[in-house]
Amino acid sequence: MGRSIKKGPFVDVKLESKVLSINDGKNKKSVIKTWSRRSTITPDFVGHTFAVHNGNKFIPVYVTEFMVGHKLGEFAPTRNFRSHSGQKK
Amino acid sequence: MARIAGIDLPKNKRGEIGLTYIYGIGRSRAKDILDKAGVDYNKKVNDWNDDEQGAIRNVISNEFKVEGALRSEVQTSIKRLLDIACYRGLRHRKGLPVRGQRTRTNSRTRKGKRKTVAGKKKAPKK
Repeated sequence: MGRSIKKGPFVDVKLESKVLSINDGKNKKSVIKTWSRRSTITPDFVGHTFAVHNGNKFIPVYVTEFMVGHKLGEFAPTRNFRSHSGQKK
Repeated sequence: MARIAGIDLPKNKRGEIGLTYIYGIGRSRAKDILDKAGVDYNKKVNDWNDDEQGAIRNVISNEFKVEGALRSEVQTSIKRLLDIACYRGLRHRKGLPVRGQRTRTNSRTRKGKRKTVAGKKKAPKK
């Protein structure tokens, strides 16, 4: 089931305030390091680079306008499948 | 012979069923269209007169996306997922199920025919 529209998209408060402070020009950071894979990408995020944690390391994600509405975690895969033994490709 | 949306409809079927031969129209949409065009569900496709055909054509072209237009819409939405490299896009790329289904067994529709891997151990018999 989808999320109720009444609540609006979910974004971690801390992450959102960080993004907004950069947009205001108060903060000069270019890469935002985050563990908040559950946050929805809002239009404010466009043009920033996020370092999204995948459980092991941080994956750089450059946000474009097509990504709005997805979650940050969708762009940092957590599993690394290296093909079965004896499988030739 | 009724040609609607570039598709030859089967002559001997009821209108409700015949319309479902068009890509993008299933049973409920077919009923919807026939309601709006004022045609009986049970009337065979062959028995539609020109006015009824015109009405049906009108309803379809005004309200629904079917056939080529719909196919290309689906393709572009998949393309978008591929381009932004999100999880769903990656699953499309690998030809695996996109919506979180299991892949240990089943999911043959996405994966295609079974490819036997040589040297894979079978479960030991008890």
